[in-house]
Amino acid sequence: MVIVLTVISVIAGGVLAYVNKITAGPIEQIKAETLNNALKSVLNAEQMPTVTATDTIDEWTIVYSTDNGTAVQAATDGFGGKLKVLVGFTADGAISGYSVLEHAETPGLGAKAGEWFQEGGKGCIVGKKPAEKELTVSKDGGDVDAITASTITSRAFLQAVNKAYKAYTGASIDGVGSATPQAAAEQKKCCGKCQGESGECKGDCQHDGTCKEGTCKGDGACRKEACGGEGSSEACARQANLND
Amino acid sequence: MNNLKVLLNGIVKENPTFVLLLGMCPTLGTTSSAINGMSMGLATMAVLICSNFVISCIKSLVPDMVRIPSYIVVIASLVTILQMVMQAYVPDLYATLGLFIPLIVVNCIILGRAEAFAAKNGPVPSIFDGIGIGLGFTIALTLLGGVRELLGTGKLFNVTLYSEDYGMLLFVLAPGAFIALGYLIAIVNKLRKA
Repeated sequence: MVIVLTVISVIAGGVLAYVNKITAGPIEQIKAETLNNALKSVLNAEQMPTVTATDTIDEWTIVYSTDNGTAVQAATDGFGGKLKVLVGFTADGAISGYSVLEHAETPGLGAKAGEWFQEGGKGCIVGKKPAEKELTVSKDGGDVDAITASTITSRAFLQAVNKAYKAYTGASIDGVGSATPQAAAEQKKCCGKCQGESGECKGDCQHDGTCKEGTCKGDGACRKEACGGEGSSEACARQANLND
Repeated sequence: MNNLKVLLNGIVKENPTFVLLLGMCPTLGTTSSAINGMSMGLATMAVLICSNFVISCIKSLVPDMVRIPSYIVVIASLVTILQMVMQAYVPDLYATLGLFIPLIVVNCIILGRAEAFAAKNGPVPSIFDGIGIGLGFTIALTLLGGVRELLGTGKLFNVTLYSEDYGMLLFVLAPGAFIALGYLIAIVNKLRKA
């Protein structure tokens, strides 16, 4: 009885060791390939970027310096578990792209983070500069549209991006996630108009920070009716209720 | 019992999902889309065929008292092999199914078929039983995944049939799995009695 179980276990162990030896190579290779592909897409590189240096800040934060720019891996706690993103930065500190490496968000809701914040997505963050204004969702006074019905995921995602930026600039990772009051006040100055580079007022404001025709209320919030289209968000609706 | 009968038995008469109601955990957990359901079914089928074959070969060598531990060692080894192979050669699928792959070890369909069929029959019928039950499981999971994907996102096998805006998101989430499964079982029961 003991002998039979021992023999079975020994055989099983041997077979597993053998398979492990065969598959270890390909598994490593795939991990490296996945990382390289992610680096290529977030840096908008035409060719496969070569990693010149990696700087591991903590278990979750790694800075990859490549010949095409710098990308940072950062993680926060999402709605369902760790949310790990890779964010690429251009030389002047703007976001060149991002990729969600690992997540456990709800399918159909928070799992949309992979496309939602991309270029052309509703909450586009590509091209934004976290140095000028920390990225926060519109609900918290920021100018990024949160994923519909997934504010927690959106907050966690932006926090991870801010964390990545902090790591990129080498600053400490403290105090991430709070909107700066000055930035919010400055936005209101134009009473709903978008502010240009030098502070002048141009087109009307959408919650994703882009300018589009539409009527805005004096407090800087868009009215539901006027905003319409892709610019409408729960913030609009809430504001409309308050004002009416 | 001839082999064809064994095969059909697993797909229709003893369908593990719709009739035996075994292995509900992966059934509900992985069927958010038709592809996911089908992949999970095929992964389980691969393990089931191998475990049925190995167990029917060693059944006379294993004393009754260590029967279950021996079977579990065999099944766990097969699942670990599958896991490593999938990680190495189909990483996308591995990432999607994630935790549910190692959980095949405790899938009661596998141990259930080992006990109920492989331990009493020869290697060849056991392989056919593995194929039959595996196919039954795969069909059920693909069907459930297809229904949920279609109602939830308007797609089927990633092909858009209608706009996602009209999809009922509930069906992609956990409650939708229970609702869809309940209706499918009711329909299958009705058809079986007719």
